[in-house]
Amino acid sequence: MSNTYTQDTLVGFFVACGIAALFYMSLQVSNLSSYLDTSNTYTITASFENSGGLKVKSKVSVAGVTVGRVSAIKLDKTRYESIVEMQIDKQFNTLPTDTTASIFTAGLLGEQYISLEPGGSDEYLQDGDAIDITQSAIVLEEVIGQFLFKKASE
Amino acid sequence: MMQIFQYLGASTRSRFAKLGRATFFLLHSLPGLVDVLRRPSLFIRQIYSVGVLSFLLITVSGLFVGMVLALQGYYTLSDFGAEASLGVMIAASLVRELGPVVAALLFAGRAGSALSAEIGLMKTTEQLSGMEMMAVDPIRRVIFPRFLAGIFSMPLLAALFSAVGIMGGHMVGVGMLGVDDGSFWSQMQAGIDFYDDVINGFIKSLVFGFVVTWIALFEGYDAIPTSEGVSRATTRTVVNSAFSVLALDFILTALMFGDI
Repeated sequence: MSNTYTQDTLVGFFVACGIAALFYMSLQVSNLSSYLDTSNTYTITASFENSGGLKVKSKVSVAGVTVGRVSAIKLDKTRYESIVEMQIDKQFNTLPTDTTASIFTAGLLGEQYISLEPGGSDEYLQDGDAIDITQSAIVLEEVIGQFLFKKASE
Repeated sequence: MMQIFQYLGASTRSRFAKLGRATFFLLHSLPGLVDVLRRPSLFIRQIYSVGVLSFLLITVSGLFVGMVLALQGYYTLSDFGAEASLGVMIAASLVRELGPVVAALLFAGRAGSALSAEIGLMKTTEQLSGMEMMAVDPIRRVIFPRFLAGIFSMPLLAALFSAVGIMGGHMVGVGMLGVDDGSFWSQMQAGIDFYDDVINGFIKSLVFGFVVTWIALFEGYDAIPTSEGVSRATTRTVVNSAFSVLALDFILTALMFGDI
């Protein structure tokens, strides 16, 4: 009887370990946890002339520290601009209203992210506010094109 | 000349006949679900011999596979200055491919061969016929609990393999090679999607568990009841499982990750 009991315990241990591994993979390894906590964030939008290679879930940073994620990228049908919606963590709720949003690239081949540079205003951005001052993504082809054009005209 | 055609025809036909027998065998075992529900201890005992006894092999192998991936990945990625992507490389290869596939191959070697030999020997020593004499259906009573235990254990073993492999990769990558801890995890979380990667890997391991256990049990049941027949059946189990797992992996990968 005790033999069966030991066996049951070992089977229980095995199943618990397997389920723990599945949980570990869902929460620690994959991005499931970032789907879950949308409650303690607030939304701000910014419209860019060109959002380049920015993707949903790209990071939003202030001075290199990640403060949020891009949640949606849409096209403004009248002005043909890209409207980027981002979720900012509620603990960073003191961004001034004259904050600048720029799209930068991490390294030469890295992915693109939004960098926010706070201005000097006393008022803070609220949920649903829009950032007015933006700087578009640098499209490498355009830069090379301009460079060649300038060389040719010399 | 004629003999070649005769040989080819006969061997093709016997293969189809075997596949047919295997299908009937599978369908015949399904009513065993009732026996398992009535006596869960049958099922738990099989999880012990199929899953728990493979536990150590799977975790230790997973640890070493993760550690090797970290070493190899680091030397390639550091040429491009992309060491920070080590985490996502290790996790993607383990969760999508190596976890389910290598765990299934080890499972075929460890548990599949044991199942074949056990069933084959039961047949050789006429234990199965003995059960029939007592009006107990051996396919329902003996085969189905083992079958269910294989399907149940395989995803857990594959998940353990991947999780332990990622820990091993973290140990070597962050501990020995000095990759930044934060970017290791953050790149991994940004790169691995729950539905696309974790769930698809889980489905793969379920399919592999089904196929490996089916092959192992059928080969054992279909063995010629001699000691040589049992040894052949065990060999065939490992060989056929390895082929099926790798071929199915290609098909499943094309369906899940390819744009067909």
